[in-house]
Amino acid sequence: MGTRTAHESAEKHVTGAATYIDDMLAPANTLHAYVGLSTIARGRISAMDLAKVREAPGVVDVLTRDDIPGHRDIGPVFPGDPLLIAVGDEVEFHGQVLFCVAAESYEEARRAAQLAQVSYEELPAILSIAEGLEAESFVRPAHTQQRGDLKKGFLNAERSLQGRLEIGGQEQMYLEGQVSLCVPEEDGGMLVYSSTQNPTEGQKLVAEVLNVPMHKVTIDARRMGGAFGGKETHANQWACLAAIQASRTGRAVKLRLARAEDMRATGKRHHFLSEYKVGFDDTGRIHALDLMLAGGCGMSPDLSDAIVDRAMFHSDNAYFIETMKVVGHRVKTNTVSNTAFRGFGGPQGMVAIEDILDAVARASGEDPLTVRKRNLYSEEGERNVTHYGQTVDTRVLPVLIDRLEHSSDYWQRREQVRAFNTQSTILKRGLALTPVKFGISFTVKHLNQAGALIHVYTDGSIQINHGGTEMGQGLYTKVAQIVAHELQVDVDTIRCTATRTDKVPNTSPTAASSGSDLNGMAALAAARTIRERLEAFASEHFDVARTAIVFTRNHVLIGDQEMPFPELVELAYMNRVQLSATGYYRTPKIHYDRQAASGRPFYYYANGAAVSEVVVDTLTGEYRVERVDICHDVGRSLNPAIDIGQIEGGFVQGMGWLTSEELAWDDRGRLLTTGPATYKIPAIGDTPAIFNVELLPDSPNAEETVFRSKAVGEPPLMLAISVWSALRDAVASLADYKLHPPLDPPATPERVLLACEAVRSEAQAIPSESDEH
Amino acid sequence: MIRFLHGFEEVSISEARSDTTVLSYLRNQRNLKGTKEGCASGDCGACTVVTTRQVAGELRYEPVNACIATLGSLHGKQLISVEQLSEERPHPVQQAMIDAHGSQCGFCTPGFVMSLFALYQRRLSINGVGQESGESKDTGDHLVHEALGGNLCRCTGYRPIVDAAHQALSYDGRDCFEMAERETMQKLALIEAEDSSSLGLSCEDTRYLRPRNAQEVALLLQEFPEARLIAGGTDLLLEHTQLLRPLPFLIDLKAVPELAHLEVDQTHLRIGAAVTHTDAQKPLTDEYPELQELIERFGSTQIRSQGTVVGNIANASPIGDWPPVMIALGASLVLQSAHSTRELPIGDYFLDYKKTALAPGEFIRELKIPRRIPGLFLRAYKISKRYEDDISSVCAVFALTLDEQQISQVTIGFGGMAAIPTRAFEVEKCLQGAQLSPELIDDAAKLLKREFTPISDARASARYRSTVAANLLRRLAVELADEQPTRTHPVVLACAHG
Repeated sequence: MGTRTAHESAEKHVTGAATYIDDMLAPANTLHAYVGLSTIARGRISAMDLAKVREAPGVVDVLTRDDIPGHRDIGPVFPGDPLLIAVGDEVEFHGQVLFCVAAESYEEARRAAQLAQVSYEELPAILSIAEGLEAESFVRPAHTQQRGDLKKGFLNAERSLQGRLEIGGQEQMYLEGQVSLCVPEEDGGMLVYSSTQNPTEGQKLVAEVLNVPMHKVTIDARRMGGAFGGKETHANQWACLAAIQASRTGRAVKLRLARAEDMRATGKRHHFLSEYKVGFDDTGRIHALDLMLAGGCGMSPDLSDAIVDRAMFHSDNAYFIETMKVVGHRVKTNTVSNTAFRGFGGPQGMVAIEDILDAVARASGEDPLTVRKRNLYSEEGERNVTHYGQTVDTRVLPVLIDRLEHSSDYWQRREQVRAFNTQSTILKRGLALTPVKFGISFTVKHLNQAGALIHVYTDGSIQINHGGTEMGQGLYTKVAQIVAHELQVDVDTIRCTATRTDKVPNTSPTAASSGSDLNGMAALAAARTIRERLEAFASEHFDVARTAIVFTRNHVLIGDQEMPFPELVELAYMNRVQLSATGYYRTPKIHYDRQAASGRPFYYYANGAAVSEVVVDTLTGEYRVERVDICHDVGRSLNPAIDIGQIEGGFVQGMGWLTSEELAWDDRGRLLTTGPATYKIPAIGDTPAIFNVELLPDSPNAEETVFRSKAVGEPPLMLAISVWSALRDAVASLADYKLHPPLDPPATPERVLLACEAVRSEAQAIPSESDEH
Repeated sequence: MIRFLHGFEEVSISEARSDTTVLSYLRNQRNLKGTKEGCASGDCGACTVVTTRQVAGELRYEPVNACIATLGSLHGKQLISVEQLSEERPHPVQQAMIDAHGSQCGFCTPGFVMSLFALYQRRLSINGVGQESGESKDTGDHLVHEALGGNLCRCTGYRPIVDAAHQALSYDGRDCFEMAERETMQKLALIEAEDSSSLGLSCEDTRYLRPRNAQEVALLLQEFPEARLIAGGTDLLLEHTQLLRPLPFLIDLKAVPELAHLEVDQTHLRIGAAVTHTDAQKPLTDEYPELQELIERFGSTQIRSQGTVVGNIANASPIGDWPPVMIALGASLVLQSAHSTRELPIGDYFLDYKKTALAPGEFIRELKIPRRIPGLFLRAYKISKRYEDDISSVCAVFALTLDEQQISQVTIGFGGMAAIPTRAFEVEKCLQGAQLSPELIDDAAKLLKREFTPISDARASARYRSTVAANLLRRLAVELADEQPTRTHPVVLACAHG
C-alpha cells in the first residue's frame, strides 16, 4: 500500500496489446451501425425519406423510432432524451439522432447514413444562456441556497461590486470515441461490450428499449480510452441502438462514432453564466454575496440538476461568506444536452467565486493572495460552516497554502514579476495562487454504495471484480493494491477482470471521484471476509489462537509454522472453506435536505492549491505558462505515482478548459469545432516548463476512508484556475493592478488581447480616478 | 504492385482500393489492432506508425499518421507498427513509458510509443550535439516537444511522457532495427531496383498509379482529367476520411524520382513537388534561419514527414503557412503539362478561394525560391490558438532590407487574412522608401486594417485577425530596433540538430 505500483495495464498499453472495444475479435458476420443526425437546431420533422438509405450497398437494417420495441426515451434521471425521433417529432438540437442504419461494413453504414432526405418545419431556436433565461426556458426548476439576510449583509459591507462572467463549456475529447458491440445471446439475452462509466445504467436502458427484464442484459466494460464524464450517460444511446439492431437481425452489431459525429451528438461540460453582487470591506474581506449561476444544459435534463447543484455547492470554494445567496438555474437551449465532465459543475462554481475574489482584490488594492487568505474558512469566529450548513475541517487547507506559499517562493516572485512588468512594455508576467476545496460524495445519496466480488483459486491466484470502471485513472490498480495489502500477497497474483453487470450488480457510475473510495472499500470488505474465513479455518485446523495467525509476504504465520499463502488456500479448499466472497460498502454520515438547502452532502473535502506564473504578449495575446507549483491533499496516498498522474493530468485538462479549448457554433446552432483540428486541447509543449507537484505529507483523511486516502479524480482539475487568474494578473499590470480585466474563459490568445485592449482603454479613460464602483 | 517491408517481412500487394489508408490496412486487413484511430484526420497522433527509407546511405525513421497515409505510399519503405517493437521484452522506449508512468487510459500510448521510437532512432545524432556537449534541459525538452507535438494525450498532462523521452534518449544499447539496418537497406534497394510497373494498386475500378517521370505524370493527367494528384496526401485524404468521398484515381507524385529534387544553385533553392517539409527543412533554414520556428510549428512531425512543401501551396488553402512565406520571399512555381512548361510568380497562382491559375492538365513541378539577398531582415510570425500543431489564425511574413533607417525594399505575405494567401501591397507601398519611425508603423498598421477584411471562424474573429496583423507590424518594428523581448516562447534559430 502506498507504493508507486505501475498501472496494471501499462505493459499492454505500450505494446498495443490492451484491447479496446473496436479492437476485439468480433463474432463472424458482425454488422456495423451508424446514425443519421439532424441538420437543424429546432423544428418539426415534416418528412423523412429513408429509401436511399435502405437501398445503399451493404445495408441490412434501418431502425426508426417506431421500430423500438420498448421505451423510446433514455433520459437517465428524468425523461427528455429520445433514442430516435421521427416525422411529427420535434428536433431539439443540431446533431440529434434521427435513425440508425446497420450495414456489412463500417464505411457502408456511414455512407448510407448520409443518404436520408429529411425536411423540417424550422422553429425558432434558443442558442444561448441569456436567451434561455429571457424566455424562462428551463429543463428543471431552479434551486436556491441561502444563509443570512442579504440586505443586512450588504449594509454591513463598506463597499460593493457587481459583475458578470460567461464560462465556456468543454469537450471531453476522450481519445477513444463512443463505441458499443452487442452480441445476441439465447433466451433473448444481449451481451453488450460498451465503453461506459456506468454499466448498470446501460444495462437498465438496454433492457428497457428492448422491453426485456434486466437479467437478460449483461454489460461488459474492461477499459475505456478515456471518459472524463463523457461516458457516464452519453455512452447509453449507442449501446441501446446497437442492441436493438442486434436483436432485430440476430447478428452482432457494433456502433462506433467517428470523431465529428461524436463531438456533434454527445454532451459536453456545461457552459455557465455567473452574475453577482458582492459586499466587502476595505481589507478585502467579503461580507455578502448575491450570486446567480445559470448552467447551459442543452435540450434535456440529463444530469444537469446535480451538475448545477454541484456548481452551487462549490460557489464558496474555500471561503467563508457570512451572508450568501446562490440561485442555480438549469437553462434549456437547443444544443446538445450537456453532461458530466470531471468536476461536474464544481469547476464552474469555483471559477465564478475565484473571479469575484480577484475583483475584490483589485478593488481593495491588496494582493489577491492576501485577500484569498483573509477569506478562508477558519475556526476563528466560527467561520467554518458553508452556506449549505456543512462544517469544514479547517486543519488542512491553511497549512497547505502556507506550505505552498513558501515552497513556491510566492512573495519573492511577486516582487520579481512587478519589477519585470515595469521594465517590459510588450511582455507582461502574471502570478496567482488559487486554492481548491472539493466535496467528495455523490450528491445523489443512493449512488454512494458499491459492491465487489473476490475469487481465490486453489493455486492462490486471485480474481477481483467490482462495480467501478477503468478509464485510465488506475482504479483497477488501486483496488488490486488494496486487496493485496489485506491478504498480504504480491499484487501480481491478483487479476482485475472486466467490470460486468453479471458479476457485481446494481453499481453506481464511476464518477464523482468516488471510484477507489467506494469500490476500494467494497473490495477491502470482500478480502477481509476471505481473510477471516482463512483465519478461522487455520485457527481451528491447527488449533492456534486467531491472534497467532498473521498474513505476511505471501505467507501465513500460523503459530510457529509458516505456510505459503497458496498452500493454506489449497488446504482450506480441501476442508470445504468458501473461497469466494462479496463485499459491500456505503458511505456513512451524508445527508442533504433539499427543501432547507442544508446538510452534509459530502463525506469530506479534498484540498489543494496551485501557484502559476505566466508570460503574456500584450501585442498578440499569446502566452506561456512558465512555472506551476502544486501542493495537493490526497490523504494517505494509495499510490503516489497514480495520484500525481491524476493531479498533473487534471491540472493540464483544466488548463485546457480555461485557455485554448474553445467550442464554437454558427448562428444556426451547428457545432463548428468538430475535431482536434479546430478544438485545441493542450499539446505537449503546453505543459509548464517547471511543474512541481507535491502530495501534502502526513495528512491522513480524518474520516475512515480506505487506508485514510482521499479521492483524487476531479479536484486537481480546478487547480488550473490559477493559470486563468495569473493571465488576468498579467493583464491587470497594464493598469497598475487597479482594474479587474474582463477575461471570460476560455482565455484564448484572442480573448487575452481583447482584455489587454479593454484594460488599456479603461485605464486611459479614467487615469487618476480610484476604484470606486 | 506495391512492395514494402512490414517489420522485416516483405509484403507485395496489387489488389487494394486506391484510397486504402495504412490504418485500415493494419486494422482491417492485417488484424493488427495496436494502432488506434483517434480522429482520422491526422490531428491526434493515436495512429502513428513509423516508416523508414534510405536517405544518403542511412535509414531515416519517420513517424507518419497512418489514418491519412495511403497504402500506396508505403512502396519501397519499411513500415513499423507498434506490434513489431517489442520482442521478448518491451523496446527501450516502451520500457521508458512504463517506468515513467507515461500511460493512463492507454489509447494514445501506441502512437506516443511510435513517435518516441522515431525520436529514439535519432538519439545518436542528437546526443552527438547534445547532452554530452552540455545540452541544456531546455534544449532537450525542445527536441522532445518537437518530436511529440503531434501526439495528443488527454490523461497525463504529458510530464511523465517527457520524462520517458529523456530516458529513451539516453539508452546506449541498440535495438533489433538498428542491428538489421544494413539488411533492411539492401532489401529496400532491391525493391527500388526491381520497381517496374507504374500501376501500384487497383481494385473495384480504382487505380493508384506510380508514374516514373514527370512527363508520364503530364500524359496521365491529359488522358485522365478525373485523376487526382497525391504527394503527401495530408490534406487530400481528409476528403476520404472526413467527407467519405472515394478517391478512385490517384497519381502519386512521390513515386517520381525527378520530382524529389532539392537543389541550391547560384540563384535559387529549387524544391521539387515530392519534397517533404522535413526534407526541405535543412536547406531552407540554412538559407533562412528565421523560418526555423515556423517550420517546427508547421503541423506536426508526422505531417511534416508525409506532406510536401509544394502540396501546401498547390491546394491553395488561405491558411497554409508556406504561401505567405513564399510570397514574401518572391518565390515562383514551375508548372508543367504534356506540352509546355511555364514559370509563374507565386502571387499569381492564387486566384480565389481554393481556385488557382493551374490550367487543365498542368501540375506544379517545382518551387523556386530566390537565394538570400544581402541585408535581408526576415520574420515569419504564426498566430494560433495553440502553439503546437495548430492552423494559423494569421500568418505574417515580412521580408525587408534597410538602408540605415530607411526601408529600401519590403515584401509582406499574409495567410488567414483573405480568401487566398495575399501580399500586402498597400502596406508595402507605405513602407517602401520610408524612414522607420513609430508614426510610420502606426500609419502602416492603420492601412493594414483597411487593406484586409478577414473572416470570423472557429479559429479567430475578423476583429482579432485585423488587430493582431497590425500588431505584428508593431512587433516587427520592435524587433528591428532590437529594443526588448517580444516573444513568450523562446525563439529557436536553426542549429545543427536534426
